[in-house]
Amino acid sequence: MTKRKIQMMLSVNGEDHDVSFLPHRTLLEVLREDMQLTGTKHGCELGECGTCTVLVDGEPALSCLVLGLECAGKDIQTVEGLGTAGGPHPLQKRFAELNAAQCGYCTPGILMAAQSILTKDPTPDRETLREELAGNLCRCTGYLRIYEAIEMAAEDMQHGS
Amino acid sequence: MMRLPTFSYCAPDTAEEIAHILAEEGPAAQIVAGGTDLYPNMKRRQVEPKTVVSLARARALRGIEWRDDGSLRLGTSEPLRALERDPRLQSTLPALHQSVLSISTPVLRNMGTIGGNLCLDTRCQYLNQNFEWRRTINHCLKCSGDTCWTAPGSPKCWAVNSSDSVPVMIAMGAKLLLQGAAGRREVTAAEFFDVTDGREWIRRQPDEVMTDIVIPSQEGTRSVYLKLRRRDAYDFPVLGVAARITMDGDLVSDARIVLNAVGPAPVRCTEAEQALIGYRLNAETIGEAGNLSRRGAKPLDNTDYMPNYRKKMVPVFVRRALAALA
Ligand SMILES: Cc1cc2nc3c(=O)[nH]c(=O)nc-3n(C[C@H](O)[C@H](O)[C@H](O)COP(=O)(O)OP(=O)(O)OC[C@H]3O[C@@H](n4cnc5c(N)ncnc54)[C@H](O)[C@@H]3O)c2cc1C
Ligand code: FES
Ligand code: FES
Repeated sequence: MTKRKIQMMLSVNGEDHDVSFLPHRTLLEVLREDMQLTGTKHGCELGECGTCTVLVDGEPALSCLVLGLECAGKDIQTVEGLGTAGGPHPLQKRFAELNAAQCGYCTPGILMAAQSILTKDPTPDRETLREELAGNLCRCTGYLRIYEAIEMAAEDMQHGS
Repeated sequence: MMRLPTFSYCAPDTAEEIAHILAEEGPAAQIVAGGTDLYPNMKRRQVEPKTVVSLARARALRGIEWRDDGSLRLGTSEPLRALERDPRLQSTLPALHQSVLSISTPVLRNMGTIGGNLCLDTRCQYLNQNFEWRRTINHCLKCSGDTCWTAPGSPKCWAVNSSDSVPVMIAMGAKLLLQGAAGRREVTAAEFFDVTDGREWIRRQPDEVMTDIVIPSQEGTRSVYLKLRRRDAYDFPVLGVAARITMDGDLVSDARIVLNAVGPAPVRCTEAEQALIGYRLNAETIGEAGNLSRRGAKPLDNTDYMPNYRKKMVPVFVRRALAALA
């Protein structure tokens, strides 16, 4: 049992990081505040908005409701690992082209959720997207462009572009 | 930032160890499974445990096992998504499948567990608010205050059991296994949720962890779960109806109708059930059962939607549920 700082290795986007933090720190706080990985956003912090979505061992998880210490030995993927400014991921490319990000606050969470949908189902239909993204709120776009961007990115990825 | 209060953390390997730690720490300890209910409640300072005991490493609490007699054993820390994806569960336990699918969102169902859903803390508009908000109303009976703002004259807390799977487990006659420091015990779901106060929403001793859920074979029955909520994308229920019917030829031989999200405990509509047994399931008997189901439900003004509307929807949803089984 521990109330002291924990020292551990956290694997984020394929790289091991030596981090130390208190047991009550959420993965979201560890990423943003201890590791300065501020691509992952914080919204409600109560599990209601989805903007903090990251992948833990390939499965989407809300980083505001996961303890950092429970991620020891797990593979964390955040939006920083998705693509770069020079080499964006097809999802990022299509989001930019279609203005699927307006204020952009929901975007990192939706990109990560979308990436996990596409690894399981490379050609998801609209209903699947609506279902799977039910917990990712966007207050700007009205969602249509988000769905379209994901569908176009799915096609790009099918054709290897 | 909504931050968690500080606590010590442990993740024992076995249910016995969990029970021993719970016994030592007493009510100052809280079990965490998926954390999708406990952590938001902790962030709002509704619960401030000294110790958080995680189920993450206890392997015996996992598993979805179909037994030869057609019964199903669920480990309590099995994520909801695993239940949702089990093909046999989908075909043989449709009401459970429907209720699980209606819980929260896909990402939250990756994290949240079936045990956590059964033990879900009761909810109330005067409770699920941040600390500052609650301070302005001088807190409430469930959380460091002395008045239930839902029913200010009442000595009881009226926070609502808002779990989607609870009424289904009762309708299906599920049994729950609990590990305490002194040993194991088994209770029926009906007994476990037989409470009268939103502060004690489950009949669990402080040293007990729920380890298994056993659902007997549902062969020969038909079941359904319907849920009233404002948004279909995701929302807690403000009325949940589980119904299970057994037929003997053309006649109903057994009926179970269980409501949830209408008060601190789920409500079994015994009069409505009795009115069906021995009769055909037709428009007339369904209508009558609907009317009788109204009696047990007394929703108060502490969830989304007006209580009168929720009460009016009870017979409507019971009729719809029964019609779906006819
Ligand atoms: C945005 C949002 C929407 C939601 N919508 C719904 C909804 O529509 N319907 C619904 O039913 N729920 C909903 N939930 C609540 C919650 O996500 C689910 O009920 C989930 O199944 C809880 O499981 P968990 O493992 O995360 O529980 P936890 O948070 O880990 O635990 C919940 C409670 O149960 C206790 N507990 C957990 N496991 C055990 C055990 N094995 N033995 C004894 N006690 C235990 C904990 O101490 C705690 O008090 C929602 C939550 C959020 C954040
Ligand atoms: S910040 Fe995690 S769900 Fe809103
Ligand atoms: S782009 Fe603003 S919230 Fe989605």
